[in-house]
This record gives sequence, C-alpha cells and structure tokens, in this order.
Amino acid sequence: MQFRSEKLDNGLEVIAEINPEAFSLSLGYFVKTGSRDETPDMAGVSHFLEHMMFKGTEKRTAIDVNRELDDLGSQSNAYTSEEQTVYYMSVLSENQHAALDLLSDMMRPALRDEDFQTERQVILEEIAMYDDQPPYGAMERAAEGYFGDHPLSRRVLGTKETVAQLDPDSMRTYHQARYAPNNLTLVAAGAVDFDQLLLSVDELTRQWKPSTAGRSLNQPVPRNEDIAMVHPPATQQYTLQYSPGPGYCDENRYVSRILASILGDDTGSRLFWELVDTGLAESAAIFTQEFEECGLLCAFLACAPEQHDENWAMIQKILNQGKEAPITARELELAKNKICSGMILGSERPSNRLFSVGNAWTIRRKYETIQSASEHYRQISIETVQKEFESLADRTKVIVSVGPEG
Amino acid sequence: MQQKVFEHRLPNGMVVLGEPMPWLESVAFSLLLPAGTHNEPKNRLGLSGVTLEMCQRGAGPYTSREIVEQLDFLGVERSSSVTTFHTSLSMAAMASVLEPTLEIAAAIFRQPHFPEQELEEARQSALLELASIDDDPAQKCFKELKRLRYGELFGRSSLGDEKGLAETTLVDCKTFQKDHYHPDGAILSLAGNFHWEHFVATAERLFGDWKGNALAKHPKVVSIPGNSHLEHDSQQTHIALAYDAVSYNHAEYYQGRGLVGILSDGMSSRLFAEVREKRGLVYSVSASSHSLDDCGSVLCYAGTTAPRAQETLDVTVATIRSLGQGIEPDELKRLKSRVRTSLVMEQESSSSRSSQMAYDWAYLGRVPTRQELLKAIEALTCESLLEHYRQYPPRRWSLVTIGPEPLEFADAVSQ
Repeated sequence: MQFRSEKLDNGLEVIAEINPEAFSLSLGYFVKTGSRDETPDMAGVSHFLEHMMFKGTEKRTAIDVNRELDDLGSQSNAYTSEEQTVYYMSVLSENQHAALDLLSDMMRPALRDEDFQTERQVILEEIAMYDDQPPYGAMERAAEGYFGDHPLSRRVLGTKETVAQLDPDSMRTYHQARYAPNNLTLVAAGAVDFDQLLLSVDELTRQWKPSTAGRSLNQPVPRNEDIAMVHPPATQQYTLQYSPGPGYCDENRYVSRILASILGDDTGSRLFWELVDTGLAESAAIFTQEFEECGLLCAFLACAPEQHDENWAMIQKILNQGKEAPITARELELAKNKICSGMILGSERPSNRLFSVGNAWTIRRKYETIQSASEHYRQISIETVQKEFESLADRTKVIVSVGPEG
Repeated sequence: MQQKVFEHRLPNGMVVLGEPMPWLESVAFSLLLPAGTHNEPKNRLGLSGVTLEMCQRGAGPYTSREIVEQLDFLGVERSSSVTTFHTSLSMAAMASVLEPTLEIAAAIFRQPHFPEQELEEARQSALLELASIDDDPAQKCFKELKRLRYGELFGRSSLGDEKGLAETTLVDCKTFQKDHYHPDGAILSLAGNFHWEHFVATAERLFGDWKGNALAKHPKVVSIPGNSHLEHDSQQTHIALAYDAVSYNHAEYYQGRGLVGILSDGMSSRLFAEVREKRGLVYSVSASSHSLDDCGSVLCYAGTTAPRAQETLDVTVATIRSLGQGIEPDELKRLKSRVRTSLVMEQESSSSRSSQMAYDWAYLGRVPTRQELLKAIEALTCESLLEHYRQYPPRRWSLVTIGPEPLEFADAVSQ
C-alpha cells in the first residue's frame, strides 16, 4: 500500500492510496461544498446541483453520461452532505482513463434550463419521500434547534419552498465559485496507475480556473431545547437528542466513538442490553457525528408511544451515570475489538477506502493507514474514556420527539 | 478470474462449500437450514423468527450475553434471517478467528438452551419489529405483495402476525427447532482466506454427529394475480408490482435476468430513463428478479407523490412492455460490461461470495463458476432476449399500492 499526493498548478489536489493487488480502483471528486456553504434562500442548491451534474456537459448529453457510466461497468454514485459533495465510481483498472475523462467532464456541467425543471420534480419527490419516513424530519429539526444561526443548521435537501424558488442562473454562479479546482480533490484508491492519473487529470482540467471559495468555521453555541412534533400517521414515537461532542479534527474523537460504542451501539452495548434485547424498544442507539470544527453526541429512540417516557428515562440514566457505573476494562476491550475489526473488514473493497482516505485528506489533510487508525483506538486508556463519560452529564441538549400525538 | 469452489458432503447430508480467496484477510460464512416460514403451523405465524432469536439467547457453553460478548470480542460481524424456505446465519471475521466463530454458530443451531425467562423479551422484540413496519410504507407494500402473490403458505412474512407471536410458547420453539433444524439439506458455505482441508475437518467436528431426517416435499409454488390497495396518509404513493418470469433454476434464467438488467440495471436502464430522467416522476424506481422455488417473478417498485401515481404506474408498465419491441445492441453491450465488472469485483468481498454460494446450492444444487456465468452472459443476443420475452411475456400481474388513493390497472386482476 502506497500513498501519493500532488497539487496541480490550478490548485487541484490529487491523492491516491495505491494497492497494486486490488481487482479494481475507485475514483472520486471530493468537492468541499455542502449545505453549510449555502445562503438560507438557496438552501438545497448543493444537493440539487449534484443531481444536475449527471445531466450532461458541453460534450455529452444526459443520456451520454448515463450510458458511459454504465458502459464502464462502473458502480457509480454521488452524495451531498452538510460539508461535502462527492462523485465516485469503481471500475476495472483498464478503464481508469475513460472513467477519469467522464468524471472530470461531469465536473463542468451544461446546467441546461429544461433539465433543471425536470430534475426539480425529482428533488421534490425525494423531499416527499423523506417527509413520509421516520423519524419524520426530527433530524433536521434537531439540527435547527442545536445549531441555531450556525450554517450547520441548514437542511441538505433544502425545503419544498427553497427548491421551488431556485433558478438555473444562481446555480451556475454557485457552481462556478464552489467547483473551482482549488476547492476539489481527486481521490483514488485501489489498483491505481498514479503517474498516468496525474498526466491525464492535468490535461483534462488545465482550463479550470481557481476561485476564492472558502468556508467560515465557527463554534456553534449549543442550547437546551425540548421540541415536540406531531405526525398523525406515525405508529411509533421517535426521539433524537443532540449534545456537543468532538469534531472531525479533534483528537478526542476516538474516545468519543469508543464511548458511544460502549453505551449505545447496536450489539452488546449498555443500551442494547437494557432496551433492545429486552424488547422494550425497536431501536435505541448512541452515536457520534463529526463536522470540520465541531461534533455531536447523539441519542436515538424508536418505540411504542406508551413505553416512550420510561425508555427515554433509561437512556438519560445510561448517559448520566458516569460516576455510578464506570466503564469496565472488558467493555473497553470489546469496543476496541469491534471497531478495529470492522475497519479491516470494511477496507477490503477499494470503494470503502476511497471515503476514509478522501475524508481524512480533505478535512484534516492527513493520510492514515488502517494500522495507524487501529493504533489510535488501541492506545486509548480506560481513564480517558471514563473522564469523557463523566463529562456527559453536564452537556447541553436539544431533544426532538415526534409521534402520533403531542 | 481464477476460481476454485470446493464441495464436500457430510454423511448426514449437510453440504460444505468453500471458495479460497487468499488475497483477503477475512473469512465469511453462511449457514443455511431448510427451515422457513412455510414450515410454521398456521396459528403460529412468526414462529421461525422467534425460534431463531431464541437459539441466539444461550447455546452450547454460552449464555445469551456470552454469545454477544464473545462475538464482539472476536470482532465478528453477523446477521441472521428467516425466509420462506430457509433459516440462515451469516458471519464475517478476520481469518484468524474462523474456528471459534464457527463453534458459536454450530452451538446456536445445534445446542440452544431456550431459556424460559427470555421468551417474553424475544416475543416483545418480534412484536415491535412487526409494528414498526406500519411506519415503513415501502416495506409494507412488499410484505402485502408477497402475501397477495404467493398466498397463505408461501406468502407469509418472516415477521409473522400478532396472534401467532402472542401465542408462541417455549414448547413451540423447541419443537420447531427439533423438527426443522436438520443437517439434511443444510448448507455451510465459506469464502475468504482459509485452508480447505482444515475447514472440512472443523465442519466434521462441529456438524458430523448431527442427526436429522429429510423433510417432506412442499407443494408447488404458484403465483396468484390480483391487486390490493392499502390506504395510508402519506404524500407519496408506493407502488409494488410483480409479473411472472423464469426462476433461478430455469435453463433460460440468464435471458430473463438480462431483460431485467435492460429494464433496471444502471442509470441508462429503461425504467430509470423513462420514469425518472425523462419525466421526473420519481426519485426511486427499480425492478429485480425474484425466485421462490420454481416460481419466478420480476418485482418492481416506484414511489411518487399521489397526483402523479397513476401516470407513474402507466409509464412503468409501458416501459416493461417496450422490451417486446426489441433490444438495442448498445443496451446489451452495457449489460455485459456491467456483469463482467461485477464478477471481477465480487472477488473483493468474502461476504458476498459466501452468501451467493449458499444461495446457488439451495436453488441449483451446485455453484456455477464465474467463467460459466460469463459464458452464459456473453451468449445473450438481442434476438435471444426478444425471443425469450415473446415466449415468457409479462403475465399474471400482481399490484399493491399504499397511499391516499388506489390506482387503475386492468391487468392485475384475479383469474
């Protein structure tokens, strides 16, 4: 396994984790743009743009793009989050150049008016689909409650209203600013021919002009809030809690992830034994979410409305009993084994490595092997986890609960 | 594409399969038993799922908690499930812990404790899972489609029903395990980094003295056309549609699968292009091949806001029927290219290989190699696909919708 990185003259960074033994390679453009980089009236433009990127370029129609993606036999897709938009494909090594040519061309889309209008309908369907699904907007509401005026409060999909108002011209302006080469990273993993990749990408992106795209980072000011929502067709009660946690650049994130695993992952955690194994809750979990400058420790519960209050009290008890029920050495060992083994099992496909390598580089500018990531977890002491645990009781929290009745 | 699949049959009828993938650090196995929802007594729907859950709540030398802790200690990723004909347990782990992981799996199926104090908890979990589907209309739609299309015996949901779950006793679970968890017809398939001889020796040690009788044959599965609408207060209408196709064990399966590929594999497929790309009717539309024994179907799904649901259904059906007007050489070329790539990439995952091998054996009694598959796909022509479509046109439609309003579809009627 070898790591390489280069920066082109136009500011585009190219990085790769090369594994000559792999059967395939994965390629992806990681664009440092997401809902946090939007203005409130343009909420949803990053995600809408992601859809439009598949709608053709000056050289290719939408049909050409889709056919070529399939022609390459690729597994390809894209996603948009609060902080990034990623376009990726996995192909056989013989198709490296063709895949790069297509993906690079897609980064300069035609953004035609008629495609914009049709695709808007697809986005509205996507919003309707999520509105109908548990937890019925509770995550978006919790982010709004927790982050307040902070840009991370914005919905990735936007709302029906903001999506209805977006127009092709503002999208073009947004694209020009945010898809500049200095705001993009080309990431590759697997059976990569890096020298060839560099040559090709240099030629394909030479005309791209840098911009002043940036991102303002601010610590959010967490608040306490209890929010109740009613969704009459729901049969279960869903509750979500956001509290402060370490961010993606904070060394303490390993500790927080281990703690979340001990307290609330889906097998063998304290929550599992209290609520899931006992048949009291359909789902109960504690997990972390990490952003560039801040993070969250989250709790989630899904259960019958009549059992909700008792179950939620149990989750609070588990979160707040750092002093009464300290972490045991056995719990720590099991959590470490689970996390480290999961990383290795997940890393066998280059497509999974693409995201680990890409995220670490685009956000932290670090390359980390699986061995070194495992090492981070292995060396964490019980005292550190215990200290983190005891600090949970004092954290602010935003709680959103949605169910059939108020 | 070098590939070797080993087979070994234990004297008790259990089949052991192995595909070495020495370039991986992992191993993954599937343990498949011929015990499914069709084996449940009529008044105990859900029993196969509760039995499987109870088997994991203490077995062999382990208590319920020890099973979970030991698997976590070994870093094992696992899942278990029940289908119409099978009960299965799948595990993936680092190659070095294969043996202790297999020991736990063997104990779960062969030496469950059935602790009385845990039955209530297992029952409550099952009831919650059953209830939660009411908040998941897309899944509910397919549950109803299965019930409608395959009838009382073969259309049962693995979630069971409230009455069956409420009345299940510990004796029911013990009887189900004793009557249906047999080595005869069981399959243990392993893929990843391992030595075949060592693995066979372990399988013989863990399963060699397991005894049990062959099961009686079940009646033939036949599809039942018809339609049904479930009213739901939602923005979207969910459409689940099925029609007859050749099954996985049919000589022409790859012709049928090829047609489904033209319909739904990839972003240039006909359904994606016609329903989503050209008209913007949906976010999600798809079709897939499905087999229940000798009964094959194509299952389709589309989800769209209620006012556009009728148009979505009409365009979906018209697109399916457009296969009868011919297949473009380009479409076939893309299909072949996708299959070739996915066969190569299959070598990157021990989990997907082990479950595919178990599925192959259960349906075909053998494991086709990648070379064989590739040959079958390369042999497809536009003419052969069209000929297949004409010979097996979509018929015996079943339609289930969930949403504010029912839809019109004249072909999905009871015959």
